[in-house]
Amino acid sequence: MKQIIYTLLLFPIIGFSQNTISGIVLEANEQNQNIGLAGANVYWLNTEVGTVTDIDGNFKLPYKPEYKKLVISYVGFKTDTLTINAPSKIKHWLQPTDNLDAVTVKSRKQTTAKSYYKSANVINVSSDELLKAACCNLSESFETNPSIDVNFADAISGTRQIKMLGLTSPYILIATENIPSIRGASQAYGLSFIPGTWVESIQITKGAGSVVNGFESIAGQINTELVKPLTDDKLFVNLYGATSERLELNAHINTKVDDKWHTGLYIHGNTHNKKHDVNNDGFLDMPLFNQINVMNRWQYIDTKKGFVSFINLKFLNDEKQTGELNFRPNTDKLTTNNWGSEIDTRRYEISTKFGYVNPEIPWQSIGVQTAFSSHKQESYFGLNVYDIKHNSLYANAIYNSIISDSRHKIKTGLSYTYDHYDELVNTTDYERTENSVGAFFEYSFDNLELFNLTAGVRVDHHNLLGTFVTPRVHARYSPWGKSAFRASFGRGKRSANIFTENQQLFSTSRQINILNSGGNIYGLDPEIAWNYGFSYLQGFNLFGRKADMTFDFYKTDFTNQVVVDWENPQEINFYNLDGKSFANSFQVELNYNVFEGFDLRTAYKFYDVKTDYNSERLERPLTPKHRIFANVGYETKLKENGSHWKFDATFNWLSNQRYASTTNNPTQYQLPDRTPTVATLNAQITKVFSPKFEVYLGGENITNLRQSNPILGADDPFGANFDSTFVYGPIFGSMYYAGLRYRIK
Amino acid sequence: MKKLLIIALMLTGTLTFSQNKNAKASMEVDGVCGMCKARIEKACLNTKGVKFATWSVETHELKLIYDDRKTDLATIEKQVLTAGHDTKNAKATDEAYATVHACCKYRDEDVKDDHKPKEDDGHGH
Repeated sequence: MKQIIYTLLLFPIIGFSQNTISGIVLEANEQNQNIGLAGANVYWLNTEVGTVTDIDGNFKLPYKPEYKKLVISYVGFKTDTLTINAPSKIKHWLQPTDNLDAVTVKSRKQTTAKSYYKSANVINVSSDELLKAACCNLSESFETNPSIDVNFADAISGTRQIKMLGLTSPYILIATENIPSIRGASQAYGLSFIPGTWVESIQITKGAGSVVNGFESIAGQINTELVKPLTDDKLFVNLYGATSERLELNAHINTKVDDKWHTGLYIHGNTHNKKHDVNNDGFLDMPLFNQINVMNRWQYIDTKKGFVSFINLKFLNDEKQTGELNFRPNTDKLTTNNWGSEIDTRRYEISTKFGYVNPEIPWQSIGVQTAFSSHKQESYFGLNVYDIKHNSLYANAIYNSIISDSRHKIKTGLSYTYDHYDELVNTTDYERTENSVGAFFEYSFDNLELFNLTAGVRVDHHNLLGTFVTPRVHARYSPWGKSAFRASFGRGKRSANIFTENQQLFSTSRQINILNSGGNIYGLDPEIAWNYGFSYLQGFNLFGRKADMTFDFYKTDFTNQVVVDWENPQEINFYNLDGKSFANSFQVELNYNVFEGFDLRTAYKFYDVKTDYNSERLERPLTPKHRIFANVGYETKLKENGSHWKFDATFNWLSNQRYASTTNNPTQYQLPDRTPTVATLNAQITKVFSPKFEVYLGGENITNLRQSNPILGADDPFGANFDSTFVYGPIFGSMYYAGLRYRIK
Repeated sequence: MKKLLIIALMLTGTLTFSQNKNAKASMEVDGVCGMCKARIEKACLNTKGVKFATWSVETHELKLIYDDRKTDLATIEKQVLTAGHDTKNAKATDEAYATVHACCKYRDEDVKDDHKPKEDDGHGH
């Protein structure tokens, strides 16, 4: 493109007296063969002077010196505008629009974007946003996002759990490239099995979501797009080290195999082998761990025929050890010498994706996804043993088309799932097989301006959940400029994996009771909930700078829920809901670009999450009623050599939270009714030296806030009152880290 | 064998040429912004037989896919003109042009200048 302009600039005099311009339009191809493009439009910009190329791609046009911009376009190709300073013979190759790498975006994109146009309440988190929290895996990627709550890691697993709309992650459908991935056995630690550098972008859908990815989602859906061999850097290295002596290494290598195949190898390792006990309770503040995580991706792309495909292979080995400082696994495992725990996980995954887009008819496409995973966790917590094996198969076929015209789009298809669980809980074996076959249909209407609607329904036949219908509807209406009113409702149904989802129960002396016996899943019934949502987004200008404000209200009503009852400190009880259980959430969020390069995001959230327990209706434990969130980011202007600075800080405040009751305990093991409030501050500075190299330095929990007594009964871990689940705040205190990123494009 | 197949395909191509339910065409339409885009595309899609219409703010190119058993390019063009947008071949009537929103008066030089791409972003609505 540029070369053409230069070539043209070289011959300004030759054609001086000419009053026509002629040339040939060719189809770009790898072999640089001259393939003429017939029927392409060639015209002078902002004039009525134009023509169409002949069968060989040739054209001839009148020329006047005031005509400067020649536009060449053709359906299915990128439109090019050439600057013409003098008439001469033009030879121009037109690129097919599918060559994604040809797109360049100049203006600075927002790192977190809310759509004004989609019917669902979707928040897109780009990789730039993900860099704001340098560490380290998917669970930590949400720290700068007010829609997702990230709780504080408990002392035993060291993993952070997320919540959306006041509900824990099992109620969120978490998918990797639209294949449900964090579910079943990987529910508890799965977020820490996706390294942050593998993530290209995240889409968060609040509320019911689409029916295409299954029936399980209740509070919302989170989809993670991973980096792709074709578009990721040829080489990428990320090193991270923290004052806690946590180390992480990420390496990506991407290569082109031939015209159509690209492959990438992604390696992640993290390790932490230093024992910390800041609060002197005799227990490690965070586990020791080693993780190896490897992914190999193959990407096939044939734009002419419209075929795309992915093949992914993944392997993970994760080992954690925690407990008392003096605990030695070799001698103390499953004894009362010292309290300790080990969690070893091994996971294999293979997934494929195949897509066909009809090159002639852009709205017609077919996609087939399949995934198989084998997940094995072997663990013990003091004297409690918990092992789980989960083999899972997933297949989904989607057909996209339109009805009459492109304002009426449809998606329809079939899905199949198979899950086999084999669990050992102390001495009891639990084994079950789940399988389901389903069909879905989703219709979306877009009137191009003010209104759109997505309505979907699926029917599934499941061996344990029965045959059921899942409807989900989203609508958007924009009555005036920069506004979007959204409403949604939908139903979700799932089987609760009570042990793996509540694994922290093993790090207590509580007795496990399942109070029902008639149901298909551990004797319990499936969980069913309806979610209703309403939101209003308004963009506006404040002092000449862009701002937007969002008001969200969501309500989740459980028809049935597996109640996890922690209210007796000597027991944990699971039973079917008898009465009401609901989660109401209200959020107001303001985004403001205060001045060039400086962005502010603040949010206030209110949660009302209550359940009818066997005793009475109570607030869900450890769920704050109020939360205040603020994030500021500043980026200096990009210099010629590509260097700049980035500053980022996040503040979080949580109101007091209810402790599950401890009134049955002896007085020295009793806790107050509610926790104190919690305020934390994280900050990070990144110095970008060039597009190739950058370093970052950051601090987590800078104000050094600590929960002093995270483990109840730490003095007597094999006694009746030992409990490590009362964690409301950070255990370790402040932590600083530094790292670097190096890439070759 | 391959050649035969290609010839056969080409033959079917010519046979269906006059009865193409997914005929492609492209024309130049004048306009300035995202609002124009919605108006132009809507005018096309409201024409029976048009399946796909996308207009580019930058290049003014309108790309169309339509069922040519049900409609033709002249009919679609007429719809665009009725909506108030000039095409390469014809001008919209003054009555039609009067119906477009004040900020979309693409014949006006001042309005055109207002929509010249700026550093920040284009034309938000």
